Amino acid sequence: MDADLLSFALFAALLVAIAVPLGAYMAATFAGEVRFLAPVERALISAAGPAARSEQRWTSYALALLAFNAAGFTVLFLILVFQDWLPLNPQGFAGLSAPLAFNSALSFVTNTNWQSYGGETTLSNFSQMVGLTTQNFVSAASGMAVAAAVARGLAARQGRSLGNFWVDLTRSTLYILLPGALLLALFFVLSGMPQTLAASLDATTLEGARQTIALGPVASQVAIKQLGTNGGGFFNVNSAHPFENPTALSNLVSTLAILAIPAAFCFTYGRMVGDRRQGRALFAAMALLFVLGFAAIYAAEQAGNPLQAGLVEAGAGNMEGKEVRFGILGSTLWAAATTAASNGSVNAMHDSFTPLGGLVAMLNIQLGEVVFGGVGVGLTGMLLFVILAVFLAGLMVGRTPEYLGKKIEAREVKLAALTLFIMPLGVLVFAALAIAAGTAQTSVQDAGPHGLSELLYAYSSATGNNGSAFAGFSANTAWHDTFLGIAMMLGRFGYIIPILAIAGSLAAKRTAPPTAGTFPTHGPLFVALLIATILIIGALTFLPVLALGPLAEHVSLLAGRTF
Amino acid sequence: MISTLRPALVLLALFTALTGLAYPLAVTGLAQLALPEAANGSPVVVGGRVVGSSLIGQSFTSKRYFHGRPSATTGADPADPAKSIEDPYNAASSTGSNLGPSSAALAEAVKARVAALGGGPVPADLVTASASGLDPDISPAAAALQVSRVASARGLPEDEVRALVNGSTMGRRFGLLGEPRVNVLALNLALDALNR
Repeated sequence: MDADLLSFALFAALLVAIAVPLGAYMAATFAGEVRFLAPVERALISAAGPAARSEQRWTSYALALLAFNAAGFTVLFLILVFQDWLPLNPQGFAGLSAPLAFNSALSFVTNTNWQSYGGETTLSNFSQMVGLTTQNFVSAASGMAVAAAVARGLAARQGRSLGNFWVDLTRSTLYILLPGALLLALFFVLSGMPQTLAASLDATTLEGARQTIALGPVASQVAIKQLGTNGGGFFNVNSAHPFENPTALSNLVSTLAILAIPAAFCFTYGRMVGDRRQGRALFAAMALLFVLGFAAIYAAEQAGNPLQAGLVEAGAGNMEGKEVRFGILGSTLWAAATTAASNGSVNAMHDSFTPLGGLVAMLNIQLGEVVFGGVGVGLTGMLLFVILAVFLAGLMVGRTPEYLGKKIEAREVKLAALTLFIMPLGVLVFAALAIAAGTAQTSVQDAGPHGLSELLYAYSSATGNNGSAFAGFSANTAWHDTFLGIAMMLGRFGYIIPILAIAGSLAAKRTAPPTAGTFPTHGPLFVALLIATILIIGALTFLPVLALGPLAEHVSLLAGRTF
Repeated sequence: MISTLRPALVLLALFTALTGLAYPLAVTGLAQLALPEAANGSPVVVGGRVVGSSLIGQSFTSKRYFHGRPSATTGADPADPAKSIEDPYNAASSTGSNLGPSSAALAEAVKARVAALGGGPVPADLVTASASGLDPDISPAAAALQVSRVASARGLPEDEVRALVNGSTMGRRFGLLGEPRVNVLALNLALDALNR
């Protein structure tokens, strides 16, 4: 217990110690002040052509992003379908079916990294490296570019330009993701993670059985999947696999890597808009929500499964689907981080969490992935809530709302409100469709309310671009591969395009100096209002259905009922 | 249109080369040069034979060995490859049970495992399936519970086996991170070395 508290304190201190300087470095990167790879950057930009040298309005910026992601989707889809014709396939895996390849390609292009496939039993080394690892980098870099563009829009003084997508993409990859992943991968190998092109290690166990131990280029993929809030693992069980997360130390570093860039973006943002207090306020709101979520998951898992009372020693917590080396703290801290940050990697099986632990993990996603959130897009998702919060504050005092001196008017509020429909559409409507069509019932593993939780978690994870799962759910069917794929697209571009549009419209506005009547957006009052806005919207939308799933299961467990 | 497509295709190709090929191959090269053992899966070699990986659990059923945690991994049925059967610690196909907390199957499995150990309460990790199905570790309490069985199966004094368990117990990293644990394969290798 004391060690747990101290571990958490160490984690929190390290996160802040990393995020603040990293945020400054990222701001410098987006401003073009980081130049240690300037020759490579110049070569990439000149190969890209004249489009990479002009300033872009929000429409061209969004179009460039869409074109890049469409190209990425097409190439990845083809790699997956034809992996049996491509090199580096030592196990001779067949090509993926069209629905599975559609789902997996969208999954990686949208930075979701939902795994409908089992890594070590489905994908060749070529698919993992050339296909998935590439998208792990560039889908993350696309999200980071969006955040940079939005920050520029807010900082602009009656301008039109949000920067250039190709330049932001290139800089994010070259100066932030690539060096970070390289360092992290080498640390991971040091901690015991394999990195080889061989497919397996063959052993004869002490009892004389043959054991085929799957291997591969694990460390390089794990490093970027943690840093880029991707989450798609090398192995089926992701970071619960001892090769994907060998020690308690690799676990701590991996958990920090999940949150490092999303947390740093708060500070990057503060610097880019020229008012660091704004970044700190966003960080405070995110950190508070994160700690609340973590505490709830930790308490629920530490309390254990009431059905096992008397059978197992008290105090060990709910160990089904968890690894001994991580224990309850290491597993729940990861669960909170990965669902808050839209990473989606797991080091414990969320499906086997207690009902309340699973509920909070799911709610973290359903809040819209704004508690740190995905790299870049977490910050911009939070800015959508900021717009709603200042709008609400404006209504309360009867003034035109302002944010950073920009008037928030009908167009911005409408666009922000539009994004509030995305989560309910992807989660509630799609889940209801699956139930009505009967495809939900055949895919759930568990009977009773837990079955509903499995379905809800799947569609929440896809729409929130998270990628973690209640893995008992058999998602690899034509129906779910397709609808989850559509949900991932909605959850990605349904936020990115409106926020870029808002940034474009705010960029063109006059920046008014603050007056005595300005509602400050950097103080505790605003942080509280922002948190309340997020929680109220999330609760109103999802509490009814959560009552039918996890809450009903919790009550059943207390009554000793099984399914 | 062309002006948007050109950078999309060109940069995708270049980033594929840089991040999809150069990056993983560079890490592979560095890892194989500097840390070949870890990079190749931390094999445990006894008498010139690979007996496993120090990071990956393996199935133990003999009374002479300490047992690891229940594993939910499956494998192809040798009689009918289209079907899958229980195949604990199948390191080619990791999985957890994914059973929900209110699952009757889980409740019964835990009850049966506790009964097989002679009744509860027992350490939780010994009767619950790990997340990976390949957990190499058990808690020190789970090892302690098995000392008398292993000692009597091997005709060793219990104190000697207990000392071996204590010697194999790894504490929290920096006294802080993770949980105290015993690597089952390392402990069983130490046992075998004792009897030899």
